[in-house]
Amino acid sequence: MIGKIWAKLTDHMDPFLFAAVATITALGLLVLYSAANETMSRVTSQSQKVVVALIVMMFIANLSPQFIARFGVPLYVMGIILLLGVAIGGEVVKGARRWLKIPGIGNIQPSEIMKIALPLILAWYFDRHEGAITWRNFIVAAILIAIPFALIVRQPDLGTALLVGACGFYLLFLAGLDWRIIVFGGVLSVGVFAAAWQFDWLHDYQKERITTVFNPSLDAQDAGWHTIQAAIAIGSGGVLGKGWLNGSQTHLEFLPEKHTDFIFAVYGEEFGLIGCLVLMLLYVLLIARCALISVRATSVFGRLMAGTLTLMFFTYVFVNIGMVTGMLPVVGVPLPFVSFGGTALMTLFIGVGILMSVATHRKLVGS
Amino acid sequence: MMRAQLRNHDQELFFFQRRLFVAGMLVLLCFALLIGRFFYLQVVRHAHFATLSENNRIDVQPEAPNRGIITDRNGVVLASNYSAYTVEINPQQVPNVEATIEEIAKIVDVSARDRRRFKKLLEEFRAAESLPLKSRLSDEEVARLAANRYRLPGVEIKARPFRQYPFGEVASHVIGYIGRINPAEKVRIEQQGQALEYKGSDYIGKAGIELSYERELHGVAGATDVEVDASRRVIRTLSRKPSIAGNNLQLSLDIRLQKIAEEAFGTKRGAMVAIEPSTGDVLAYVSRPGYDPNLFVDGIDPQSWELLNNSPDKPMLNRPIQGGYPPGSTYKPFMALMAQEMGLRTSAQTFSDPGFFRLGGGYWRDDKAGGHGLVDLPKSIAVSCDTYYYQLATELDVDDWSAFMKQFSFGQKTGLDIQGELPGILPTREWKAKRFPKDPKLHVGDQVSLGIGQGFNTFTPMQVANATAILANRGVAFKPHLVKRIEDSSTRQSRLTQPAPAYTIALKDLHINEVKKGMAGVVTEGTAASVFRGASYTSGGKTGTSQVFGLRGGEYVESQVSERLRDHAWYIVFAPLESPKIAMAVFVENGGFGSKSAAPIARKVLDAFFELQSADAKAQGQKVASAAGGAPVSPQAALGAPR
Repeated sequence: MIGKIWAKLTDHMDPFLFAAVATITALGLLVLYSAANETMSRVTSQSQKVVVALIVMMFIANLSPQFIARFGVPLYVMGIILLLGVAIGGEVVKGARRWLKIPGIGNIQPSEIMKIALPLILAWYFDRHEGAITWRNFIVAAILIAIPFALIVRQPDLGTALLVGACGFYLLFLAGLDWRIIVFGGVLSVGVFAAAWQFDWLHDYQKERITTVFNPSLDAQDAGWHTIQAAIAIGSGGVLGKGWLNGSQTHLEFLPEKHTDFIFAVYGEEFGLIGCLVLMLLYVLLIARCALISVRATSVFGRLMAGTLTLMFFTYVFVNIGMVTGMLPVVGVPLPFVSFGGTALMTLFIGVGILMSVATHRKLVGS
Repeated sequence: MMRAQLRNHDQELFFFQRRLFVAGMLVLLCFALLIGRFFYLQVVRHAHFATLSENNRIDVQPEAPNRGIITDRNGVVLASNYSAYTVEINPQQVPNVEATIEEIAKIVDVSARDRRRFKKLLEEFRAAESLPLKSRLSDEEVARLAANRYRLPGVEIKARPFRQYPFGEVASHVIGYIGRINPAEKVRIEQQGQALEYKGSDYIGKAGIELSYERELHGVAGATDVEVDASRRVIRTLSRKPSIAGNNLQLSLDIRLQKIAEEAFGTKRGAMVAIEPSTGDVLAYVSRPGYDPNLFVDGIDPQSWELLNNSPDKPMLNRPIQGGYPPGSTYKPFMALMAQEMGLRTSAQTFSDPGFFRLGGGYWRDDKAGGHGLVDLPKSIAVSCDTYYYQLATELDVDDWSAFMKQFSFGQKTGLDIQGELPGILPTREWKAKRFPKDPKLHVGDQVSLGIGQGFNTFTPMQVANATAILANRGVAFKPHLVKRIEDSSTRQSRLTQPAPAYTIALKDLHINEVKKGMAGVVTEGTAASVFRGASYTSGGKTGTSQVFGLRGGEYVESQVSERLRDHAWYIVFAPLESPKIAMAVFVENGGFGSKSAAPIARKVLDAFFELQSADAKAQGQKVASAAGGAPVSPQAALGAPR
């Protein structure tokens, strides 16, 4: 009986992908223990979330891609409704409406749902028009992207909006969006950004975050503090690092957000350049495996969905580490599988589940 | 159809793969960027960030050194330190200073003086540091404040070392005082590369010995390295470098004599310097009126400062080195010495004094109508015969004259070891030409006035006292000094500041003896005879009066001249006649004739000096006797005799 359940669960598990995710997650718990000043409560809490997320992942892996594709439309519609709900009655935290309080469930962040729902509906849409994709389909797709994008920008949460937007763009790109349009769109968005900067469409804190990337010492107490302390932590780690549990920046509370968005600074301080290269290698292996899954996918939906999720993983890693090392503005992006927090973890494991589903339901499609 | 679809499918897959390949290249490029960034942060700039990380982690807590102790020549403490609690406000951490003071005033009593003092500090230091509001808190006050600290952010209770001057006004112009380091002094400390020594120090010498021996007294700051967290809370101590205390100073002053000398002045303004001729030790140094240096220690309040600064009695003026006056007749012994040395007079050579002196169209009176009759050199000193010196002055070349007097430190800085000494004026041809460009020539009439110590002659009481000491010591000159010994705080070894004579003036013994004979006459039968009647010791003195009011041949009637315009009184003396132990100059501002106000002060001080000497000798004898008898030496007796 147990053997049967086990077989059922592992049947749709991609071992290579699982190994990569498990290694990174385990490493994350190790770093979290250090970031939490050698206390177990956060590690325990995160472990529980990992277990729940793993179960969800296995469940989704067992579903066929076609079945998953059916969730595209309802999930997207639900996401939009929730985003509208946020706009009307969301919780105001630090001047932004991002959270929705739902009685009995708790606080949810609808923009997080969009990270899965948007590629899902787009992949479903392009799958439906397989072989006959014209520019009209791209227009429809662009509208599907623009609606949640605009709603999230209005919250305001420019960082998440860009990530959701990037998600949609990746899908269009993989679906074969004309290069000329991509170039044109690139030029256009640079123009819009410049105009936004010039005409003060951005919030002050958003501008501040961008300017502090280029000169963190301008605002050493507030916006620059994160960036400066993170750079000190990583830089002082050197080649070999200060050793696990020995990071002074971490343990003397100089690092802000050290459990969540800035956990990479803890890792960099304690494990040094060698550790950073090892983690990068793990992420490269993860992404390469995901890319391979998408190439091997037998349906347009599977291919586009897997490809987009691959690029999303990459984007999270790049944006998070870029921001912690002071190359990119500080936007609230957690480090995949490492940062403390349940919502992002769930989204990631759902993504992994979808990838596994695509990977293991290949043979069934052609028949 | 099936084939077409399949081909289409392959084509699509190929197309997808190409796109994914492009994306993959982008991914690798971005990851390469990240790795480049790691390399930059962790290898290229590692040293920089490692330093920043250590700076974050380690807080250096400075430890101010203990300031050196100042004692008198017998080991009596004149300046010491004590630790007291203060309540301090850091203006940068307090939104409303006034409101915070009110809050504190509800808990402990804050006097109006404290408030004024704090306000002045606040203006002066521009809120750059935590400033004391009230010091010397009682244990109960500390407890009450500590209990309310949570309500008072930016308010700190600190244990701080304070300077104490137990004798108050006595010798205030010698000891001086310390005060908070002001911004200008901070800059100077940094420029002189002493910033490390002063880390954590709030105070610096501002006047007197405290200022001139700042480098000896201050010591070197220590530091404790502690590990702190981001809220600067101390986690643990890493290392400690103890501070090095400042060196202790033993003054040449005898505080007992000093006290008696100051009391002898009563309410009179003036100066007195007593020197041990054989060493240059300054035994007493009076500047009246004085001030209480304790007022300055934690910042003087504006009212007290106004009072000191604007008083017509000028209590902040260090008269012995900053007051310049004509020496009057106290100049005569030196004139007499010079006349012999230059071969212009012999001791026995007599001069008939008609009571006046005429030269060209000028007319100068003697102080005695009708004159002193036949006057030889010793008598000219004893009776202070002006005409004798009028005549002598006309025979002198003023530049040779000033060159001789220069050796006795007239019109020169004596090099006394406190700051602010003024040189005075010893007139020369060059000086006259520079000072009076419209009348550049030094006339023979000018010389006549100079001959009796009036006119352009402007000397400080310190110079006159030093000259007297050099004369008493037969031309062997020591640099006068207030600090006798410096004791190294760590090795406990001490050294003399002036162990050897500075120079010797070549003088004939015979000439000195004749001058001393004249000065002895002053005391026995001359101008100060009545004052020194019945003294238990021999001495040689000279009275003097320096003119404040231009008389122009008119009669000077003391009672008719307002007090501030009265002449200044001088008295110089050394005692005993043979191998003098003490030489001094007494100067009384607007004191009238020297014999009336200055000489009596000298008498009191000399009486006290010799009484103290014999008392000390007796005590020393007893100590030797009791030590020989095996009796325990009382700690006080041991303390009292460092030599």
